[in-house]
Amino acid sequence: MLKMLLSRLATAIPSLIGVVIVTFMLTRLLPGDPAAYFAGLAASPQAIAEIRTKLGLDKSLPEQFVAYISDLLHGNLGNSLSTGQPVVAEIATRLPASGELTLAALILAVCIAIPLGVLAAVKQGTWIDHLCRIVTTAGVSLPVFFTGLLFAYVFYYLLQIAPAPTGRLDVFLSPPTHITGFYLIDSALTGNLETFWGALRQLALPAISMAIFSLAPLARMTRGSMLSVLGSDFIRTARASGLAPRTVVFTYAFRNAVLPVITTLGMVFSFLLGANVLVETVFAWPGIGLYAVNALITSDYAPVQGFVLTMALLYVALNLAIDCLYGLVDPRVRLDS
Amino acid sequence: MIPLLRHARYVLSENPVTGLAFGLFALFLVAAILGPLLAPYNPLQSNAAMALKPPSAAHWFGTDQLGRDIFSRVLVATRLDLSIAFASVVLAFLLGALSGVAAGYFGGWTDRVVGRLADTIMAFPLFVLAMGIVAALGNEVINIVIATAIINFPLYARVARAEANVRREAGFVEAARLSGNGEARVVLGQVLPNIMPIMMVQMSLTMGYAILNAAGLSFIGLGVRPPDPEWGIMVAEGANFIQSGEWWIALFPGAALMLAVFCFNLLGDGLRDIIDPLKRT
Amino acid sequence: MTAVPALAVDDLSVEFRTRSGTVKVLEKVGFEVDKGETIALVGESGSGKSVTAFAVMGILDPAGRVTAGRAMFGGSDLLAMSERDLAEQRGRELSMIFQNPRTALNPIRRVGQQIADVLVRHGGATSTEAPRAAVEMLKKVRIPDPERRAEAYPFELSGGMCQRIMIAIALSCRPALLIADEPTTGLDVTTQAVIMDLIGELAHESGMATIFITHDLALAAEYCDRIVVMHAGHIVEAAPGRELFSQPRHPYSAKLLAATPGETASLAELASIPGGLPDLRRSDLPACRYSDRCERRLDDCTRPLPRRALGERHMVACWNPL
Repeated sequence: MLKMLLSRLATAIPSLIGVVIVTFMLTRLLPGDPAAYFAGLAASPQAIAEIRTKLGLDKSLPEQFVAYISDLLHGNLGNSLSTGQPVVAEIATRLPASGELTLAALILAVCIAIPLGVLAAVKQGTWIDHLCRIVTTAGVSLPVFFTGLLFAYVFYYLLQIAPAPTGRLDVFLSPPTHITGFYLIDSALTGNLETFWGALRQLALPAISMAIFSLAPLARMTRGSMLSVLGSDFIRTARASGLAPRTVVFTYAFRNAVLPVITTLGMVFSFLLGANVLVETVFAWPGIGLYAVNALITSDYAPVQGFVLTMALLYVALNLAIDCLYGLVDPRVRLDS
Repeated sequence: MIPLLRHARYVLSENPVTGLAFGLFALFLVAAILGPLLAPYNPLQSNAAMALKPPSAAHWFGTDQLGRDIFSRVLVATRLDLSIAFASVVLAFLLGALSGVAAGYFGGWTDRVVGRLADTIMAFPLFVLAMGIVAALGNEVINIVIATAIINFPLYARVARAEANVRREAGFVEAARLSGNGEARVVLGQVLPNIMPIMMVQMSLTMGYAILNAAGLSFIGLGVRPPDPEWGIMVAEGANFIQSGEWWIALFPGAALMLAVFCFNLLGDGLRDIIDPLKRT
Repeated sequence: MTAVPALAVDDLSVEFRTRSGTVKVLEKVGFEVDKGETIALVGESGSGKSVTAFAVMGILDPAGRVTAGRAMFGGSDLLAMSERDLAEQRGRELSMIFQNPRTALNPIRRVGQQIADVLVRHGGATSTEAPRAAVEMLKKVRIPDPERRAEAYPFELSGGMCQRIMIAIALSCRPALLIADEPTTGLDVTTQAVIMDLIGELAHESGMATIFITHDLALAAEYCDRIVVMHAGHIVEAAPGRELFSQPRHPYSAKLLAATPGETASLAELASIPGGLPDLRRSDLPACRYSDRCERRLDDCTRPLPRRALGERHMVACWNPL
């Protein structure tokens, strides 16, 4: 088990190196003078020169790279121009908001997509199969920012059952005591039901918009893989042994069918982390996506680069977790490594 | 060719939705080519007296905060949106197919370099990487094209690599090599044409994603600049008026965007059924 | 003749719906297996041997449909039973083992657990006793070190080992009938004999009836009391093994025997059977589906197939038998 973890960890290292090199390149690709960009639009020539020295842009590329790595290792991603705060600290305080939204969307997507895919495969050709097909084709076609806006219009403006799309919590409620940074968990832990309900209401629309977007690949893969497993030899054996239909479908078929679905989670996370930026913009959700978008508008580059790096590192870590999960379910991987 | 056509007819009769997709596609094509001629108003002409009017006989899709006709803007935007997506898909195809075929055909270090490059791109959440690229290269439409092409590159490279690898030892490739053709000639003349059908499927499948990606980037203010009409940026402008109930500003460009993506996704699935019936899901 | 056979299949017809029309895969198939008897269903691939077994077990592909017939088993008709009642019978009263044992087992479930699943399902053991009972079964199919092997996954075991596991699953509830569908395909020759001997012994011990599906006549003759020859969805001949070998009556059986390498036949004499199986989608299928390939066909052959009894246990479906 430990051996498997270590070998998975080793496979993540090239990705990690790649991510660091690419993000370094992105900081140097800025057209014109990067120092001018980092200094801001209204900076004087001296200020730009100062920034250039500070960023080490007057040194050779390899030297700059070494400096970049050392900054990373010290947790230094530079400072935001508009707030003057270190980017790392600002990202760290906003990360739980994005995390809560992304995870809520993922859980929602999984809870809908997997039963839908399983049912569509078991009852192939029935209305539920057609529903699955429509949902999967429509789901990937919906621009997530557009769905978000539509939801806000229908549920907030027209029906008035959803709160205003402005952040994680109503202004009249105070955030729960900080434990995990996830409002739902923190308010539940402290028994603050009012805040829990408020946070849940705020979370619902953005999470649903993201879930709709990301459930399509999951449902499609679940259906396809379930169909192929149901047609396999060992399912015939299970049926020939008279096992109850429930056992055949869940214990035998589903456990095998879920393996490719786990692999698809990687792609789903790629979708979700990207959609995060758009949905946070629509719902004024104070996460790192909105932070990056606001920084982009003011040409404040350090936060944007910090954001790209953070997202990439998160994604590498998530893929690692997915790999480990796969190993847990599939003994062939676990015992072979 | 005849059996392929017959098969295409069979697929269309089995799945009328694909026929619908072809119809939609034709509609978008007409809008992209003739859009500016068909538009009833100048898409950039503002008219303060007519600001924020809901849909009416004169303005089918209503007017925006500057009194511009939304129908005209949505129509004219088709060309820009489809051009961005199409250009990025073609670019991704050129980069991906060439390097993928080279990787699959030559193997060795070419394969390793291309593989590593694709893996590195795939190590990022793709939309986030596209954001980073546009932010770094500069806020221009051409950079949206480049960023979208880069994030689609691994898909093309992988498919092309796998297909070329299978065909490396195929009889017709062997024959071309033995009749004295250079390696480059074999790759371009024999291997590449043979993987074209599967690459075409890939292109139509990624077209929808490319449109979505480009619109997403302009939604957060990257690439296209106002007042140019583009669906993503129009939805972004409309977003400010959703809370006060002016739904039409965001709805129509958003719906156009959704329909376009839907059309290309269906088209891609349909094309795949025609070209590669075994991969049907 | 014994009183009541373990399984009596009568008049069984099966159709498959495909994109290019309906395929009449089985037509009026009938045969019996007595208690404790071992019979072989032999024929080329595509002759309908496996479909017969799947139809009896009620595990036909969704595209397949039983259009007529009965399969009397323990006083009731398997083909008329509800899916629910049939599932009760399967694995307990009638069991089946398949070819390619490595793919026929759940790849991500421990083999002991897979045996235990069947035991628990049919009340052979409670869930607490089941793991021990599973190890007992492994012992019975002579798997060395059964306690450890029960914890293994199929990919950790050889093909022969996996087939023993399959046998253990099939026999765990002491069924009255076992159907073995080419159980030795994909195994090497020495393992084949071991597996066949094992099935034979276990069947003998418990007085179980066995249907053994194969395309290998020599194997059938060695292990089975009677042989039932199938061709294109028809049963063309049924006879005790020795009788069939010494005196085949159907032209197809004779050709099939000639195509089987025995001790006397050299490879040069091996006759291959001319022509292929007829296209079963044809609407104008001849009454005798062998007639297109047959050297002995008569004008009579267009009449409905006869079932001619030649002696007590010998039947042939031919107007012009040898």
